[in-house]
Amino acid sequence: MSATHIQLDSQGRLLHFLTIEGLTHRHLTDILDTAESLRGVAERRVKKLPTLHGKTVVNLFFEASTRTRTTFELAAKRLSADVLNLNIATSSAVKGESLLDTLHNIEAMQCDMFVMRHSQSGAAEFMARHVKPHIAVLNAGDGCHAHPTQAMLDVFTIRRHKPDFPSLQIAIVGDILHSRVARSLIHALSILGAGNIRVIAPRTLLPAQVENLGVQVFHRLPEGLRDVDVVVMLRLQRERMEGALLPSEQEFFQQYGLTEERLALAKPDAIVMHPGPINRGVEIDSRVADGPRSVILEQVTNGIAVRMAIMSITLGHHARLTGEDA
Amino acid sequence: MRMVIQGGRVIDPAHQTDSIADLFIADGQIAGLGRPPGGFIPEQVINAHKHIVCPGLIDLCARLREPGQEHKATIASETRAAAAGGITTLVCPPDTDPVIDEPAVVEWIRRRAKFAGQARVLTLGALTHRLRGGHLTEMAALQEAGCAGVSDGGHPIASSRVLRRALEYAATFGLTVFLTPLDPELGNGLAHEGQVATRMGLSGIPVAAETGMIARDLELIRDLGVRVHFGRLSSSRAVDLIARAQAEGLPVTADVAVHHLHLTEMDLTRFDSRCHVRPPLRGLRDQAVLRAGLASGVLTALCSDHQPHEPDAKQAPFGDTEPGISGLDTLLGLSLRLVRDGVLPLPALIERLTWGPARILGLDRGHLGVGARADICVFNPETDWRVEPSVLNSQGQNTPFLGWELQGRVTYTLLEGHIVHEGEG
Repeated sequence: MSATHIQLDSQGRLLHFLTIEGLTHRHLTDILDTAESLRGVAERRVKKLPTLHGKTVVNLFFEASTRTRTTFELAAKRLSADVLNLNIATSSAVKGESLLDTLHNIEAMQCDMFVMRHSQSGAAEFMARHVKPHIAVLNAGDGCHAHPTQAMLDVFTIRRHKPDFPSLQIAIVGDILHSRVARSLIHALSILGAGNIRVIAPRTLLPAQVENLGVQVFHRLPEGLRDVDVVVMLRLQRERMEGALLPSEQEFFQQYGLTEERLALAKPDAIVMHPGPINRGVEIDSRVADGPRSVILEQVTNGIAVRMAIMSITLGHHARLTGEDA
Repeated sequence: MRMVIQGGRVIDPAHQTDSIADLFIADGQIAGLGRPPGGFIPEQVINAHKHIVCPGLIDLCARLREPGQEHKATIASETRAAAAGGITTLVCPPDTDPVIDEPAVVEWIRRRAKFAGQARVLTLGALTHRLRGGHLTEMAALQEAGCAGVSDGGHPIASSRVLRRALEYAATFGLTVFLTPLDPELGNGLAHEGQVATRMGLSGIPVAAETGMIARDLELIRDLGVRVHFGRLSSSRAVDLIARAQAEGLPVTADVAVHHLHLTEMDLTRFDSRCHVRPPLRGLRDQAVLRAGLASGVLTALCSDHQPHEPDAKQAPFGDTEPGISGLDTLLGLSLRLVRDGVLPLPALIERLTWGPARILGLDRGHLGVGARADICVFNPETDWRVEPSVLNSQGQNTPFLGWELQGRVTYTLLEGHIVHEGEG
């Protein structure tokens, strides 16, 4: 993708945060460094910064979510923004209203930022094309396309443990086909120069020509885990069984579930990650999820600082754009 | 009314005519080419110097949205767009609402088209009741009512048993069967299964969704002797399958939509819903083979696959939008671009837009022989124009070709000798 992507202004600064694809090393390290400096806020007695004071952030979730929505809400509140949560997934009243109508209605409430999750790929980009210029759109997950804030918190977590990306071997395991987390993480790791990115899955859960994303493909877990520094497990949705993609959860766990025994094939200091919510006994054994190598809860904590960073960077650029003080 | 179209380059592929000549028209029919018939005194003279004079275009697949979806377009609005585009015959698939599965609907559409008077509208009857793939329609009655053939109407029949029976029954009455090969389950996706769909997280439609259906259908028709036309091929392997079947002597033909010859999966990269079509835009190699298939004559017709939409139908995230491109306005211009791209010479192109589809339909149209109905298109091949909303005649403005610079503008369209469109060359 070229530099003229809608999420960037003419100087290449982030106006929205829609996808990792097409961003530069500089964009990513700016976010990571900003997040690092914001991480300390949570340890203060007063966990607030005035950065977004007087701004209104709308969480627009067309798909159910607890963790992502909550961490976005906390991030906005720690930056002193007002937060409005709209869970449209559960509101049948909205049925029949088009996304554009919803957008214009919320716009009319004079908001400054939309955090949006939607089941259709490209939904966040669609939103960004239609919002008024002072509004920033953050993609909190669109279909199977992208989940860029998750990818940023993942690489943030990796960097805190293993800062030398070129030397890293990272394995992403499970339902790559339907995973926006995997797609965004692959882009982020490539941009940061990760040494070797692997995907491990049965053929039914891999998208066509996935190797073109710059990954090495493995179908067998033990082979793929050998000597990796980071293991990222993906959540397996129950409905995959009905779509004839897998025979059973049991067989999936036997072939692709992460157990202590299999983790032993990775480097001794390998870390284990998962975007959550985890299915214990389906993709990951409890002893691994709760074990010493797991950084799963740390990911959740880091998610707040990373989202604070992305919110302040994008709204900061909007402030410059509209002539306000940043 | 007697008329002469003077000094144009007359291209009539059916008679291998390509020469500068005068074309004479009397009583709605072609009266002569080159020399006037005895005692001919024209009442009207059309100057066609530097213009191409060819049979009116025949578009094998155009949704007019009436009856049932008049908020998208109407027979009146779309036949007007057809006339402005040099198209004199439109073939309307049966997926209207109500479905064209009984004579009353055929009659109703014919009357509406006649009232509009801008283009001839032919209908394809449904193969099965409500296009549901279960019960056969009364095909003989549909034929008597005037249907040009029978079709799955974009809803391929999943059951091989039902399709086999439908083919046999259609063959009984000598009806040509128009099929759109896309496996309903395997084809239930948004984009060509490949690297673009993978990057964008759009569900993929594998090539096998198309070729699997074609392979099955070809085996089913092998001993039936039924004429089958496959509409809107999208992949190189589909072209190969049709070519092989034709070489074996099976009575099969196929067409391609003109947008598949100009766009590929790469055009989806910005989630551009105007490029959301079924079958999906595929890879560059597929496009090259489709172009070659049109040139070699494996594909004997080029159509618009016209699907006009209201703006709301395309104003949503990609997967929530309706598929289809509004194509009547750009059919000729995009087709002529193939000549400029060196895909095939102009007379061959004209053939794929006139005599080719006429033969598929089994009609004595699409040519300029003496006595033929005077359906004529006169266009200036040199006129540059830019595709912009203001120049589109269709009620549907959903075209990804906005902003394209095309060449070739229709100056006159004649329907049975009557001028139905007069434009600036």
